[in-house]
Amino acid sequence: MQDTPFRIGERSFKSRLIVGTGKYRDFAETRRAVEESGAEIVTVAVRRVNITDRGKENLLDFLDPAKFQILPNTAGCYTAEEAIRTCRLAREVGVGAMVKLEIIGDQKTLFPDVPATIEAAKILVKEGFTVLPYVTDDPIACKRLEEIGCAAVMPLAAPIGSGLGIRNPYNIRIIVEQAKVPVIVDAGVGTASDAAVAMELGCDGVLMNSAIAGAKDPIAMARAMRLAIEAGRLAYLAGRIERKLYASASSPLTGLIG
Amino acid sequence: MSQVSSSITVQLNGEPCRIEGDPRLAALIEKLNMKRGRIAVELNGEVVPKAEHDSVVLRDGDRLEIINFVGGG
Repeated sequence: MQDTPFRIGERSFKSRLIVGTGKYRDFAETRRAVEESGAEIVTVAVRRVNITDRGKENLLDFLDPAKFQILPNTAGCYTAEEAIRTCRLAREVGVGAMVKLEIIGDQKTLFPDVPATIEAAKILVKEGFTVLPYVTDDPIACKRLEEIGCAAVMPLAAPIGSGLGIRNPYNIRIIVEQAKVPVIVDAGVGTASDAAVAMELGCDGVLMNSAIAGAKDPIAMARAMRLAIEAGRLAYLAGRIERKLYASASSPLTGLIG
Repeated sequence: MSQVSSSITVQLNGEPCRIEGDPRLAALIEKLNMKRGRIAVELNGEVVPKAEHDSVVLRDGDRLEIINFVGGG
């Protein structure tokens, strides 16, 4: 079955899975998991260089920016100003202008501060960034972000790192139905079936980190997620059967031996 | 009375950093053994484009931030 390309801004991707690079044992394991996941877009965080330990390896030595679309995030930012500053610095590293805008509103839930996210997105879009905002599963918030010019919207499925799966599939469906930009479920996926559900709902992609990095065998889970994303997408395109309350026999009702 | 000296002290990633000799930003980056394609620099709150690393001269008391990418989701 023919699928349309997964397009974000100017770029097209084959894989609909976006993976994070946090919480791995080391960069070698990060690279193996990323490769096994088949992801072409990988998120990274922006942090101060470690001045005292200069011999330290750099993440980009393990994930070639020529091969992967590096997606810097603004994780840890609580205000629009901090997030904008982080994006400007990230762009100057020289791996493009695609950013994951994430402005946290609360330390315990890590839910996004939506008004601050909208404020920052306006400025970043004007400055030429390809903005992918992490947002609540709120169709109106997603609509506003799309109107501003965000290249995609990334509603959460459940709190970051919670592994609770898609808590509100109906909202996700509404967001998918109304959106003209890609909808990427970001955060909350716990296992492969969660990723498949997101894709079956019609999402264009899924972004995850903890579900892979925190698995007992991250490399095997990375593969499971790749397959789940493919299976879920294919099922969505194939068109599932209607849900019925009562049975509908699969075998002919005629010609029974008698 | 301050002594005439070629050394300055800047705030580098929140810590005092004494620079002796060449006060250009590019010299500091080289001394710290950092690859240009892996980092970005902010000087007193403003991003410094890579093309300007050679020409920017650091001054005593400058606030410098040098960032790179680390694992994150």
